[in-house]
Amino acid sequence: MIKVLFFAGLAEKTGQRVVELDYCDLTVRDLKSKVIQQYPSIKQDLDGVMVAVNEEFVNADYKISSADEVAFIPPVSGG
Amino acid sequence: MTQANYNVTTAPLKIETVTSRVVHPHAGAINTFIGTVRELTKGKRTLYLEYEAYVPMAEKKLQQIGKEIQEQWPEARVAIDHRIGTLDITDIAVVIAVSTPHRADAYDASRYAIERIKEIVPIWKKEYWEDGEKWIGDQKEHVYYPTGRPEGLRDD
Repeated sequence: MIKVLFFAGLAEKTGQRVVELDYCDLTVRDLKSKVIQQYPSIKQDLDGVMVAVNEEFVNADYKISSADEVAFIPPVSGG
Repeated sequence: MTQANYNVTTAPLKIETVTSRVVHPHAGAINTFIGTVRELTKGKRTLYLEYEAYVPMAEKKLQQIGKEIQEQWPEARVAIDHRIGTLDITDIAVVIAVSTPHRADAYDASRYAIERIKEIVPIWKKEYWEDGEKWIGDQKEHVYYPTGRPEGLRDD
């Protein structure tokens, strides 16, 4: 199981903040396509978001393992 | 009130609790940056803001900014609090305190901290106007991050 977190506009569009998905051993890139299949309304947004695994930014090639927490991070606007 | 140097909280921010965390006998300067909620952006009137964060990661990234500052200015002490939730016009959204032996470094490091917050800290702002609302992207007006990671990102 992978825990996926949505924030800000992504949370609004999907209607979810946390979803558990039954995948493991796939790359960030692959996870994105799976999530887009499930939530087509965020396709455009997901094309360019940052991704964090267990609270650290990772690249698209990063391999996600079971029990990882994956966060899709839209452009940030703190401060 | 927590004693941690980097906090993301729904509670109203108190400037002095942040500055007090960087007080040090070797410091000759404490620079405080206070970010407040602005009413007008490009002529449009904001009623209030809502901030949301990925709290544990946001606190970690604030801490990372502190570490980066200490790499560049080894004698600097840094404390940062960021508020989330609903904020009204003039409310304080962020307080950054930096102390250093000499003033120039305190100004530079403080500026560095706020610019990095806008790059790597997972906090989002939504503006509410009379006629609508919108999640605000980053300051370079990016809708997306083409590389999937923020620019200037460092590997630890």
